[in-house]
Amino acid sequence: MLLQIENLHARIETKDILKGVNLSIQSGEIHALMGPNGSGKSTLANVLMGHPSYTVTAGRVLFEGKDILEEDPEKRAALGMFLAFQYPVEVPGVTVGKFLKRSVENLRGAEGSLNVNKFIEELRALMDTMGMDRSFINRYLNEGFSGGEKKRMEILQMLLFRPKLAILDETDSGLDIDALRVVAQGVNRLRGDRFSSLIITHYQRILDYIQPDKVHIMMDGRIVLSGGAELVRELEARGYDWIREEVRV
Amino acid sequence: MSETVTVDIGEYKYGFAFPDRSVFKTRKGLDEEIVRTISQMKNEPEWMLQYRLRGLEAFRRKPMPNWGADLSDIHFDEIYYYAKPTEDRKERWEELPEEIRATYDRIGIPEAERKFLAGVGAQYDSEIVYHNIRADLEQKGVIFCAPEDAVRDYPELVRKYFGTVIPFNDNKFASLNTAVWSGGSFIYVPPGVRVEIPLQAYFRINLESFGQFERTLIIADEGSFVHYIEGCTAPIYSRNSLHSAVVEILALKGARVRYTTIQNWSNNVYNLVTKRAVAYEEAAVEWVDGNIGSKRTMKYPAVYLMGPKAHGEVLSIAFAGKGQEQDTGGKIVHTASDTSSIITSKSISKDGGIASYRGLIKVYPNLTGIKSHVVCDALLLDPQSKTNTYPYIEIESEDVSMEHEARVSRISEEQLFYLRSRGLSESEASLMIVNGFLDPLVKQLPLEYAVELNRLIELEMEGSVG
Ligand SMILES: Nc1ncnc2c1ncn2[C@@H]1O[C@H](COP(=O)(O)OP(=O)(O)O)[C@@H](O)[C@H]1O
Ligand SMILES: [Mg+2]
Repeated sequence: MLLQIENLHARIETKDILKGVNLSIQSGEIHALMGPNGSGKSTLANVLMGHPSYTVTAGRVLFEGKDILEEDPEKRAALGMFLAFQYPVEVPGVTVGKFLKRSVENLRGAEGSLNVNKFIEELRALMDTMGMDRSFINRYLNEGFSGGEKKRMEILQMLLFRPKLAILDETDSGLDIDALRVVAQGVNRLRGDRFSSLIITHYQRILDYIQPDKVHIMMDGRIVLSGGAELVRELEARGYDWIREEVRV
Repeated sequence: MSETVTVDIGEYKYGFAFPDRSVFKTRKGLDEEIVRTISQMKNEPEWMLQYRLRGLEAFRRKPMPNWGADLSDIHFDEIYYYAKPTEDRKERWEELPEEIRATYDRIGIPEAERKFLAGVGAQYDSEIVYHNIRADLEQKGVIFCAPEDAVRDYPELVRKYFGTVIPFNDNKFASLNTAVWSGGSFIYVPPGVRVEIPLQAYFRINLESFGQFERTLIIADEGSFVHYIEGCTAPIYSRNSLHSAVVEILALKGARVRYTTIQNWSNNVYNLVTKRAVAYEEAAVEWVDGNIGSKRTMKYPAVYLMGPKAHGEVLSIAFAGKGQEQDTGGKIVHTASDTSSIITSKSISKDGGIASYRGLIKVYPNLTGIKSHVVCDALLLDPQSKTNTYPYIEIESEDVSMEHEARVSRISEEQLFYLRSRGLSESEASLMIVNGFLDPLVKQLPLEYAVELNRLIELEMEGSVG
């Protein structure tokens, strides 16, 4: 098992948000996580990545069998976890090129620093596939990027870092159909035995391009329903209310 | 590509000291006898002695500034005002006493000289112990020497300009400097001569409870150019030291002067410096003022724009760490039409440090075509740290385009988390954010000094972690 979340409870300040999340992802699987606004999806993503503002009050998170809840975010990244943020933050004065180079050096260890020219070559090739202008290398990270450009930047990083687990937090929101396709292609490129993904989304749209192995519905800090890809169509047709009734949240 | 610097966490790299081996030192404290002794040691003409004594009198009379940084812990009676480290000046590093040479080697001055400087003056406590300038510049008539030598060798130039930009009674610390000045630089660049490679002076304090009072006078004659760089460090002592320099610059018609400071005093040095330039018609003066070290700094480099189309610029970078107060900024006085000015200030406060921007833009009456732009950005690294902004504006003309922007930002948890989730450690992430904050400014520095400044900031930042 790549990721095992057991009875995870977490709060921010004094507010309990995650109230016992259970979820397991096998290596090679793609899971979709859906649920109404405010149900705790981003919180789960942040807690998995180790955001210091959240306090875990109970439960365990195992990554490749090891409990990671005590690990720093940078350590989790080095272990192969990646989060594509719902709202990527701007970092003025730090160029995309410099940031990515340092990240790759940290994440790949000694191997990453081996050759600057090769790195730039690799980066340019990935930018081409993401439909990003190469001039982005010299821009300040996310500063003045459009919503779509920020999301492409997140997926570009995913392709560059090649994580074992990529959590995409509403990467599809606010994207036009072309951008959505590019993002989906990015995920599909990595898809294979050694890549898993947890795709957080509101819409079935992205799941037309990325076939999920499993679908989970989150409500009020819990996963209330899990199923296969057919669940997406059911949600699309019937909304969340029937689930609410069914599980009596 | 990027060089890794290994240092112990929190270490000030230049805090080492050697024993007091001065060949002469005045007793503690300041009085007329001490001023006369200093003058005598330098075999000065009578007029300079008289000027010093006027400085002393003004120093006694003038009050301490009742604004700016907290100076209540300066005890003028506890300071040594003059210490002569060697019998004479050398033009070869090898000829310096072992420990003095080792000091500059550790700081890296001889190496910098070989690599990218056209001339170097190195001051140790009160005297310039090493001085050299490239022969080709000398042949072009460029003068770069200790001011004492200028008093002796070029008395007409010194008498004409010394104390004209900053008079002996300008402020308490300029008066003090006038009374006891020793060392510094004298530069004269003849008309039309461009000194393309920088000249540098390095100021080192070695003694405890010491006062260093260098005096610098730069005259850039018509259409000339010079870039002068100064750096400074001192040992770490429990007692306070005082550094009060006076720097006067004259940029004559069409001349351009750039003056870069990387101030990195140890945290027991009060750094109270008066720096002022006059820029005549079509002349330009740029102050690049980096303040990283010291306990308290009060310094506001000024440019008086004296003729049409003159331009003045101040780039100020301040880092206030634990126990530090950086009260810095810039002053521009527009006294002629069609003059322009830019002040850019970036400060970082950390571990309870206080960084204040204090600036003045003044425009005389009945002028036209004045442009001025002031930007000050402050970055706070934690809730204990502080920043203040005191932008004074006195405009007495109508036709003035004046822009002022001020911003305070904090390192956000979201930025740190984002970078850490990409594999960067917390300290590397904050350093990256800080460097990003400074980047637009640091880009304007000469490469070697941009590297030096980044390295200093890195050291300061490392001090906070762990
Ligand atoms: N920083 C915060 N402070 C207080 N409450 C928060 C904070 N972040 C999220 N919440 C609350 O936690 C709940 C879950 O939010 P979130 O995880 O963002 O949901 P989702 O991603 O499913 O829309 C919401 O009620 C939200 O208001
Ligand atoms: Mg969300």
